[in-house]
Amino acid sequence: MGRLRTITRRTFLIGSAAIVGGVAFGTYMAKRPIKNPLLSDLEEGEAAITPHIKIDATGITLITPRADKGQGAYSMQARLIAEELDIDPATATITPGMPGPAYYNGAVMEESTPFPAYEQGALAETVRKFMHVPAKLLAMQITGGSSTVPDGFVKLRMAGAIARETLKEAAAQQTGIARDQLNTENGAVLLPDGQRIAYTDLATAAANIEPVTDVDLRPKSAWKFLGKPTQRLDMSAKCTGTEQYGIDFKLEGMVHAAVRANPGIGAGVESYDATEAETMRGVQKVLPINNGVAVIADNTWRAWRAAEAIDIKWEPGPYPASTANIFTQIENVLDADEHRDHRQRDEGDVEKALKNGELFEATYKVPYLAHAPMEPMNATVLVTDEQCEIWTGTQIPLFVRDHAAKLTGLDKDNVLVYVQPMGGSFGHKLEDTHVLQAVEIAMAMKGTAVKLVWSREEDMTHDYLRPGAVAKGRGTVIDGKVATFDLSVAQSALLPDWFGRLMDMSIPGPDATITTGAWDQPFAIPNYRVTGYRAPTMVPISSWRSVGASGNGFFHDTLLDELILKASADPLAERIRLCLDDTSRKVLEKVGEMSNWDSPLMGPNKGRGVAFCLSFGVPTAIVTEVTNTEAGIKIDKVYAVVDVGDVLDPVNLEAQVFGGVIFGMAHAMNCETTFENYAAQQNNYHAFEGMRLYQVPDIEVVALSNAQKIRGIGEPGVPPAAPSLGNAIFAATGQRIRELPFNKQINFV
Amino acid sequence: MKVSHMEITVNDQTYSVDVEPEMPLLWVLRDELGITGPKYGCGIAQCGACTVHVNGYAVRSCQLAVGDLGSSKVSTIEGLGTPDSLHVVQESWIEHQVAQCGYCQSGQIMQAASLLSTNPNPSDDQIDAAMSGNLCRCGTYPRIKAAVKSAAKKLQGS
Repeated sequence: MGRLRTITRRTFLIGSAAIVGGVAFGTYMAKRPIKNPLLSDLEEGEAAITPHIKIDATGITLITPRADKGQGAYSMQARLIAEELDIDPATATITPGMPGPAYYNGAVMEESTPFPAYEQGALAETVRKFMHVPAKLLAMQITGGSSTVPDGFVKLRMAGAIARETLKEAAAQQTGIARDQLNTENGAVLLPDGQRIAYTDLATAAANIEPVTDVDLRPKSAWKFLGKPTQRLDMSAKCTGTEQYGIDFKLEGMVHAAVRANPGIGAGVESYDATEAETMRGVQKVLPINNGVAVIADNTWRAWRAAEAIDIKWEPGPYPASTANIFTQIENVLDADEHRDHRQRDEGDVEKALKNGELFEATYKVPYLAHAPMEPMNATVLVTDEQCEIWTGTQIPLFVRDHAAKLTGLDKDNVLVYVQPMGGSFGHKLEDTHVLQAVEIAMAMKGTAVKLVWSREEDMTHDYLRPGAVAKGRGTVIDGKVATFDLSVAQSALLPDWFGRLMDMSIPGPDATITTGAWDQPFAIPNYRVTGYRAPTMVPISSWRSVGASGNGFFHDTLLDELILKASADPLAERIRLCLDDTSRKVLEKVGEMSNWDSPLMGPNKGRGVAFCLSFGVPTAIVTEVTNTEAGIKIDKVYAVVDVGDVLDPVNLEAQVFGGVIFGMAHAMNCETTFENYAAQQNNYHAFEGMRLYQVPDIEVVALSNAQKIRGIGEPGVPPAAPSLGNAIFAATGQRIRELPFNKQINFV
Repeated sequence: MKVSHMEITVNDQTYSVDVEPEMPLLWVLRDELGITGPKYGCGIAQCGACTVHVNGYAVRSCQLAVGDLGSSKVSTIEGLGTPDSLHVVQESWIEHQVAQCGYCQSGQIMQAASLLSTNPNPSDDQIDAAMSGNLCRCGTYPRIKAAVKSAAKKLQGS
């Protein structure tokens, strides 16, 4: 633990502060005191810490700043604190609290370095640590990149341990018994004679002593909550209809808003006629907003109906009008030197090797994709002359605050963002167009709260999409082995676009997301090259569950599978032979063992495929078995193996891998977002169906713990899902499908 | 303009509402009565997040005009069970830790409860047929299947 603590000390400090009737423990930024987000709870001058724990006479509150969009982040953060604090997390109040810069996510940028995740030498580790610095300076309170666990694993347990020891010290001073004679149990300090003093009774005293910061974290063997199956803290609410999502939020006197914005995203309104809408029942106001028109009514349905009744003439969109035109632009940059963005992998002599022997060449394609979480985008906003209050589910609360401050002209401190539980996101809530629309409408309705809910159609036609991409694969095989692997990927750059929206700043240099999930794979191929080409920015794009790896996982593994089969090698054995990372190799070996890879599948028309992708530091291997029935492909069985290091919550890990696999396969089966006349064509689930229950295979998940570093599991299940299905389809049918979604060429049952 | 006063029964309570008869039941429940367990997901009966029971049967409340309700009795997830007094389907859902984002689960649970009330011991195919109109984007399906089966077992035992 000594080394861990040195690292921890360098990046953050935990301190304490008095609050009304109690004490708060949290992150203290030594060099840069940051205003405490607890607002009125803290006195002036006591604003140096950002709390993770509040204790007063009424109880214990755990503050969990990473947003919960369904991945279980609240429960996990609460459990990390509770493990060291020695409380039952189910007895505490769990809240995301108010956003604050000190809740920066150090880990979210850790993998934005020029080192693949399996490279853990001193230089790579040092550079990764430096990535905490920009995250801190940019005040990136972001939820994403499967980083909640890596970011909080030490930080949150430290907060809990410091709070526990400080409470013990308060008890020591009160009783005259030395701190090392005291124990803790379930929210109380335990005296040697068995007497208990509740934390809540020690809170005031604890606020008046120096926090005890010289603490050791408990060894894994002493964990009570971590590493064991436990119930998610939000489960009962979510199974009884009592969880309050952003869309359920309600204020007295609130009005309901609907918008119709230009489906040519970013373009304006030429003219509109709202004569009919204005007379409809319940309609209070129709007003122009940025790129669209808003209706305010007394009920969501009435607002939507009136919005539909407005006759709007749109300006043409600011990008090519159709998908065909968009992909032409992407294809034009592929392998064009002047559009090369980066080449982070170039081993051996690819140019020479490609001339040696028979050349294999193929082109691959993945579509643009909407996020389409079940809860459509929504926000409730109350603007007054003094302040702007926002209730919304978001992964970027501080950016929402800053953007709303700019729009309203209010001071940032007077914009309050209350993060609500989210009915999914998959990355859509890394954007805030809908929130800013609600702010704009609320500015015209000062003193009255406005709830804006996007209709499903508005949601799916105004998304920031997973970028479409095109790839060219080339390779050669020699003596039954893959000798040359050369992959070029072309797509629009995602990060500069997003940072531009978030921070109004341009990010120079290459955009690694163009090849993430392809350049950084743990294989040793004699001649191995991955190159990214940057297409112009066209339709708006953003992060989608597993980001760059979502498409690149398909490109990389499908090309690898094709080359291995061309070499007449066994798909699993050859991947294992090529693998240069022990942790990854064991994942591949395990999936072989689980799936009985070496035994033939029983029954006619069956096939299986294996795929592998290392993303977010998690090596993930999937074997998929399918049957080619007369009516189409049936997915029979999926085996998935991951390695996240220590597994903190085996039940939720399995759920996240189920979710990742299904998300990856569902979109690969039948989803795409295409454009015609500037507008997204798939505006509801009938045209963007995903997987239905009857199509879901039996899925078996195993998590290994050979990895040294602890990792998050929200995303890594996604990238290998599509290629494992494609490889299985090939095995069963002989048909190699190189373009997603697969259902353009084959049916599913 | 058509305005209609009507009385509707939801979770054994009678409410007086004054809305257009064509207003979907979902929006009467959510915006007029403040019953937010049923969720809006698609508005076109493609996702099932709005599923409620009408006279005991699963119905998409986004497609049912409130004026067509007549004297039928509506029950929502709030009427099925509460955190302190769970319905057997909710019990199974919690035991299997089904929910992720949870947004579709009110509808999934109402659909499953409706299935089991008419068919307490459904086959795999019957579960597939009954539950495939309810969309889940998080990918909780494997646990939904397991929870439906385990609720069925509980019903057999009782």
